[in-house]
Amino acid sequence: MSERESSLQPLVQRFEPYQVERLRQAFPILAQRIYGKPLVYLDSAATSQKPQAVIDAMSRFFLEENANVHRGVHYLSLRATEAYEQTRAKVQRFLNAAHAEEIVFVRGTTEAVNLVAQTYGKVHVHAGDEVLISAMEHHSNIVPWQMLCEQSGARLRVAPIDDAGELQLDELERLIGPRTKLLAISHVSNVLGTVNPIQSIVELAHAQGAPVLVDGAQAAPHLQLDVRALGCDFYALSGHKMYGPTGIGALYGRRELLEAMPPYQGGGDMILSVSFDKTLYNKPPYRFEAGTPNMVGAIGLGAAIDFLGGLDADALAAHEQAVLAYAQEALATVPGLRLIGTARDKIGVLSFVLDGIHPHDIGTILDREGIAIRTGHHCAQPLMQRYGLAATARASLGCYSNEQDIDALLAGLAKVQEVFR
Amino acid sequence: MSDALRELYQEVIVDHGKRPRNFRRIEAPSHTAQGFNPLCGDQLRLELKLVDGVIEDIAFQGEGCAISQASASLLTLAVKGMRQEQALELFARVHMLLTEGPNSQLPAEALGKLAVLAGVWEFPLRVKCASLAWHTLRSALAGDPAPVSTE
Repeated sequence: MSERESSLQPLVQRFEPYQVERLRQAFPILAQRIYGKPLVYLDSAATSQKPQAVIDAMSRFFLEENANVHRGVHYLSLRATEAYEQTRAKVQRFLNAAHAEEIVFVRGTTEAVNLVAQTYGKVHVHAGDEVLISAMEHHSNIVPWQMLCEQSGARLRVAPIDDAGELQLDELERLIGPRTKLLAISHVSNVLGTVNPIQSIVELAHAQGAPVLVDGAQAAPHLQLDVRALGCDFYALSGHKMYGPTGIGALYGRRELLEAMPPYQGGGDMILSVSFDKTLYNKPPYRFEAGTPNMVGAIGLGAAIDFLGGLDADALAAHEQAVLAYAQEALATVPGLRLIGTARDKIGVLSFVLDGIHPHDIGTILDREGIAIRTGHHCAQPLMQRYGLAATARASLGCYSNEQDIDALLAGLAKVQEVFR
Repeated sequence: MSDALRELYQEVIVDHGKRPRNFRRIEAPSHTAQGFNPLCGDQLRLELKLVDGVIEDIAFQGEGCAISQASASLLTLAVKGMRQEQALELFARVHMLLTEGPNSQLPAEALGKLAVLAGVWEFPLRVKCASLAWHTLRSALAGDPAPVSTE
């Protein structure tokens, strides 16, 4: 371990056993008051808050290490390159990928999906072929495939879900066939909280020779990930959902697939040599990283992975499940409230509707109580249509969420009902 | 409850939000327009019958929050019987009330029943909810075939 790396270590705090109150202190923003009331942040599925360690790592990069990566021979450039590539290795370990070269830095999950659609998809998906997704996808895992289908003449198929918000595996199996050239599915639904059985889905797809892309944006902050155990071919995540900064994410792609894929964007860093007659492309992952990357974002993502690594993963999962169970029980006592998304295997996303009260009105009234929730269609309009709803209110949990947050939500909902009595 | 909230969710707003007036279709409307708020998925369809420059009947249907439903409901009550130019002038005044708040040039009382919309001004994120119906009215009167979007 280099001297520099060891100097990072004090930033990695350990929280064992799981002490949510101590953990909350690592997130400076949570100490804020909103309209004079303590902030109750229940919108982590939209974006998570950032621990001090992430904020510090990013400012330290600007203060001490900033220079362009993969370019200069000077000291700072080497140091920045090292820090950037160390993060790649951290993402590799976080996902348990076999090789660091299987990790491509992107802006976020959305860019990762677009990258696969416009590189792998362009080569392998043709007229008459099919791309299969599910009814619970975020727009970012729908629209890039629609665009690909429009370009290629392929057909987009959609595997249905049941009323609880669980994928109908038998229907999915029926839809996978020799025409299926790719299956794209979320690991965890951003609206329902449903955890999809990725391993079984991959088996079904691979049996028909179809590779699988997993949208892991909502899974990365909550589940222990192992792309080799999942067996998936691509896995996408966003830094900002997992306590890191915005504008950085990662795409995992199996090495054989990445090596055979054409570039995504052209520019610096993705080339071996350029002449006006011919350009030779660099090898993965650099082939897919044109231009100066979001270096400080990558540093922040690395710090976020260190932060998550400093938590006892089992204790974190147990804590989040306990708060989820508490919240489900609490919300069940609210008259006229209906939970949307009651899958057996789910994480802390609580979408709900209240009889006769529009989610936006709920959101505004809760806001004045210092409670931040998301209201609307959550970038999943087809899923909303599946439930016959225009919008829901959604409270979502993070590692710092506690039972007091839920108590505040419940008190806030009583105020909402008072206004509309 | 905070004063701002009480100002926003006045009884009239809650009442019209729950039981919007003129929430129906019009037979053979002369003008129609659709409005969308892509941020929240609100949508409404406004229909009116213009006879000799006068809005003889106006109605709407749609889905949205209490603010957007109440605003549309109050709109239909306010402009029914008005001349087209009067309705457009009212649009301008309501738009100013929503975006700039009541002031000496435009005291809320000058808008009669619509004064209840004054509270929206303090909630910038909700201005679009309240103004959707009014933009849709303007588009309907202009005969603009494209749906109105608040984005």
